[in-house]
Amino acid sequence: MALPIDKYLRVAKMPHIWCPGCGHGIVTQAIVRAIHELELDTEKTVVVSGIGCSARAPGYLHFDTLHTTHGRAIAFATGIKMAKPELNVIVITGDGDAAAIGGNHLIHAARRNLDLTVICFNNNIYGMTSGQYSPLTPQGSYATTSPYGMLEKPFDLCNLVIGAGGTFAARSTTYHARQLTNLIKEAIAYKGFAFVDALSQCPTYFGRRNKLRTPLEMMNWFKDRSVPVSSWEKLSPEEREGKFAIGVLTKAQATELTEVYKQLIEQLQQRGGE
Amino acid sequence: MGKTLQWEVSVNSKWCKKCGLCVEFCPRDVLEMNDIPTVKDAARCIGCLMCEMHCPDFAITVKRRENNG
Repeated sequence: MALPIDKYLRVAKMPHIWCPGCGHGIVTQAIVRAIHELELDTEKTVVVSGIGCSARAPGYLHFDTLHTTHGRAIAFATGIKMAKPELNVIVITGDGDAAAIGGNHLIHAARRNLDLTVICFNNNIYGMTSGQYSPLTPQGSYATTSPYGMLEKPFDLCNLVIGAGGTFAARSTTYHARQLTNLIKEAIAYKGFAFVDALSQCPTYFGRRNKLRTPLEMMNWFKDRSVPVSSWEKLSPEEREGKFAIGVLTKAQATELTEVYKQLIEQLQQRGGE
Repeated sequence: MGKTLQWEVSVNSKWCKKCGLCVEFCPRDVLEMNDIPTVKDAARCIGCLMCEMHCPDFAITVKRRENNG
């Protein structure tokens, strides 16, 4: 299905600022396509971002959008959703924005089970500030601040969300653009906190330092390390080393915050009328 | 029935950043890289959207085209 680009993009702002071959455009397109295929009301869809390369995405999207402060996209989105629960609220964040600066907002939104869709443009690096390592930089990878290779172990963001009580977590990559689109659709349709870890290539700052010289090499690097979640279950811890699962990692029914909040308000209003 | 379905692939040269991912992802060898990606053989296109979905620049559109006769 061809995308009606004029409907969803602020075409006057295009072309975007991202580097040639940057995965962020592919993830942005996956979001737009998911919104299109779900036939969401564009007047009732809000996109919120923090700071970083990923955070530039809402600037090109023809919805009500907010470009907020570093790490705080989920905090702003929480306010929007609590005040106007009828809106579809989509958060675009990066790996640094979501896991480092905004790590607390992420885990608490997951714990609260507020009906937000959070899509992490995970390029394993701080691209906008020229390639410092992030909490998602793989062990041994090079960044401007890890010239001898990253010593620390990275977060598994989906596991972090699940550990914090999150009930929907999924992962895919720019290589798997169709699957990524489907997962974003499922995440938006899910009633509750939904997190999608979208691996996205940064050829400029990650690729060049890690002998992945072209965008395609980076995407093949995602493909080679990804394992469908059904096969992942059968792998031993040794076999999982250096790899990651793609697909829906968890999906469960749980009480959503704006629903119970609404019930509480109705109860209190009834009591006040007595 | 005399009706053939074709796919029309177009490249927006103003948005394209020449990364070449569309050419790499096309399973049917429809596109080739010149100054910008260009359609080499439109008849081979099966409308899978691999080029469109992997274009980071929203620069490729694949549309179904109906031709009579």
